[in-house]
Amino acid sequence: MSDTTEPGNPFTPHTPSDVEQMLDAVDADDATDLFDIPSAVRFDGELGIDARGEQELKREITETLAQNDELVEFMGRGHFAHYVPSMVDELSMRSEFVTSYTQYQPEIAQGFLQALFEFQSMLVELTGLEIANCSIYDAATALGEAATLAQRVRSTSGDRVLVPELLHEGKRGVLENYADGPDLVVDTYPMDDANVDVDGLEAAIDDDVAMVYAENPTVRGTVEENASAVGDLADEHDALFVLGSDPVAMSLLQRPADVGADVVVGEAAMLGLGTAYGMGTGIFATREDYLRQVPGRLVGASEDDDGRRAYTLTLQTREQHIRRERATSNICTNQAWLALRVAMHAAHLGADGMVDLAERMVELPTELAADLDALDGIEAPVHDRHHFREFAARTDRSAADVAADLESEGFAVHAIDDHLLQVCVTDVNEHATDDLVAAMEAVL
Amino acid sequence: MIYDQASYRDDSDELYEPLLVEKASKEVAVEDGPLPDDLTRDTLEMPELSEPELARHYTRLSQMNYGVENGPFPLGSCTMKYNPKYIDQVAGLDDAAVHPDRSEGSVQGVLDVMATVQDYLASIGGMDEVTLQPPAGAAGEFTGIAIARAYHRANDDERSEVIIPDSAHGTNFATAAMAGFDVVELPSGEDGRVHLEALEEAVCDDTAALMLTNPNTLGLFERDIEQIADVVHDAGGLVYYDGANLNALLGQARPGDMGFDIMHFNLHKTFAVPHGGGGPGAGPVGVVEDLAEFLPDPHARETDDGDYELYEPAQSIGKVHGYHGNWLNSLRGFAYIARLGGDGLADTSEKAVLNANYLATQVDLEIPYGPFHHEFVASAGDLDAADFAKRMLDYGVHPPTTKWPELVPEALMTEPTETESIETLDALATAFDNVLAEDEATLASAPNRTTAGHIDQASAARNPRLSWHALEDGEE
Repeated sequence: MSDTTEPGNPFTPHTPSDVEQMLDAVDADDATDLFDIPSAVRFDGELGIDARGEQELKREITETLAQNDELVEFMGRGHFAHYVPSMVDELSMRSEFVTSYTQYQPEIAQGFLQALFEFQSMLVELTGLEIANCSIYDAATALGEAATLAQRVRSTSGDRVLVPELLHEGKRGVLENYADGPDLVVDTYPMDDANVDVDGLEAAIDDDVAMVYAENPTVRGTVEENASAVGDLADEHDALFVLGSDPVAMSLLQRPADVGADVVVGEAAMLGLGTAYGMGTGIFATREDYLRQVPGRLVGASEDDDGRRAYTLTLQTREQHIRRERATSNICTNQAWLALRVAMHAAHLGADGMVDLAERMVELPTELAADLDALDGIEAPVHDRHHFREFAARTDRSAADVAADLESEGFAVHAIDDHLLQVCVTDVNEHATDDLVAAMEAVL
Repeated sequence: MIYDQASYRDDSDELYEPLLVEKASKEVAVEDGPLPDDLTRDTLEMPELSEPELARHYTRLSQMNYGVENGPFPLGSCTMKYNPKYIDQVAGLDDAAVHPDRSEGSVQGVLDVMATVQDYLASIGGMDEVTLQPPAGAAGEFTGIAIARAYHRANDDERSEVIIPDSAHGTNFATAAMAGFDVVELPSGEDGRVHLEALEEAVCDDTAALMLTNPNTLGLFERDIEQIADVVHDAGGLVYYDGANLNALLGQARPGDMGFDIMHFNLHKTFAVPHGGGGPGAGPVGVVEDLAEFLPDPHARETDDGDYELYEPAQSIGKVHGYHGNWLNSLRGFAYIARLGGDGLADTSEKAVLNANYLATQVDLEIPYGPFHHEFVASAGDLDAADFAKRMLDYGVHPPTTKWPELVPEALMTEPTETESIETLDALATAFDNVLAEDEATLASAPNRTTAGHIDQASAARNPRLSWHALEDGEE
């Protein structure tokens, strides 16, 4: 390339003489001549988007995002943050990972395939189930996929799915949309002090139920003590027990397979990503029996023609590009690069690190709740349970008003009901708990 | 030779790289913690490596992987363009990392970016409103079809069928089925496009929507698009645009102007968000004004005061993601669009189409359908397209999408994108032609210069081993 790149598009390498040579080759006067678009639908207007230089644009985006208030967040309810080691950022950003695509040519994608195989393996270890896929969009869509899987694998027809009355509204909403197509009805069962009300569940369940969903920890941050009873009830009615959890919680809490879980769904983005305005990394694990009904991509081990172990996407006949309208799901693009980051983060922690972090997630909310409970005008925790990362607190004042006043003091917490706050504390904000307690005292 | 990994084969007779747990692992007992034993698991086994060892592991894995920066990646339908570095830097800004339940007043910066990129995409697509909630293209399809369903229900007009051309992406069929519709497959005309008479026969009172890609998967523009839209609209149906091939049309033509009612965008294809080894993507959905009230909840907008807020559209379909979709990719997409501007986007499509057409003139393969735009589908002729692709790996380039669409025998679906230079296109053409000149035995024994040799897919599926646990079980 002897002459300069054409102005106007920083990401095309064409020089004017390249363009001339190429137009000659294709026998056109201008690139626009190559478009076979009827004039009636040709766009002659302006898109109305101004181009910016990189420096100018970075300044603009930085300034735009700086309109966000700087708050110390004590928020969770399904979207959590733990400290992500720098190693995860630096190594996951290697361009061979981040600019690659789905591993349709496994011979030149062994690196990513192996990383995803290791991600799947970690989830197998954490859940105790035999199969994990290499991610779903987020916890809510994973729950939707679990409901339709439950309906597909059931020997007799069953058109109800049962979810707890305390459930994140995003999960409930997504589940309703997944349930619509296959005519599933979403019903709730009651909770008792933010654990499954086993008698209530027993009253709600019948032989038309294809799935019972429960969470550990629950959306209130309580550790679920009745998971085994849920598993037993689901079994008795030939329903799948779908358990919602996350990799850090599963490092400590009862192993899902040991309480009878048939499917584990949930969020893994607290590892490797953290706070990202709700962007997530959905997980999906299940029993080997349901292997051929699993949605999403699976990486398997095989051999190459030299006899060495090699990895490949496998069981693709479940997927949309082959099975089309009979596919287990329409999902193809997933959260692969975030799954890589989850695996890196988990490997960095190791078994001791995972268990230590999880134990800290039991201690921190207990300590913070006790400190808040000592103040006038607040009771914490509301639920007489063990907690994981977060807890609900009852305020004498309106919870929304308290949350708004805390915001003025530089803190963000959830107001989940008229007089209920929810507060989440992890390793990323524990340095600020004394400040939060002081601010709370000031606003109560 | 652009990319050669043959040296990897010399290292070990059994493995290219051990698993983390094969290097070192540790099983810990979970006991004496803050929870009673009956609420905890017994043990946990995980890899046990130091940070320097992990850094070597992942660096090695990255070296056994081919990305856009390793060489050309002309995977048809996937738009594997260069991913500018600054878009990842802005996605890493601290101020982008906020909790999704924050009050609207405290995240004005995020909502400003969301509302602005919604407007940009609406302008690019000729749509009136755009939601950023769908986290991928397939999720965008699901959202779009759910909107169509809600629209018909709101008119007390329950409809049961979705029409899809036989050349469409597999996701279209799967999406329609997931949303509870019967799929009516539309055979393509002899020219590879929608056949108007066949469409007229297919539509009826039950037609909820037609899903269409334009240019279609053969790279052909549906010239009759206005009549196609009329036929569907006259039957009371809606027309859905699959945005997988939008890279051909930026600033050249807009789905909204062609009569489409609903469309999805793929930020990870058209708008340079890195593909990340298969995700995360983002699949925003645009709709015409009449459908805006059905968009997912919540939706971002600018208020009359110039602030930004979230609101629930009047007849919202509800949620398609737990929160606001893949927000960091919405931000990346914003950064890409704003860097190029309207003229740069138009130039992007011109160069994408020029590159595909130029490459086509430089290869000796038959390309049965045209005129094509940003991609073409060549035929490997008497050769097996899958073997053809494996042999291309030995020339250090990523091969095209193979054996699809099925309208072309032994299809090689090739999309070079605008970010490849003429020199790279020439090298790619040489790889195509070299393989074409070789015999079947040479192709069948490929690849030889990749990390791994030809991998046995059948045995992987017959004997699924999907975790290190399964590998250990196999050895016992």
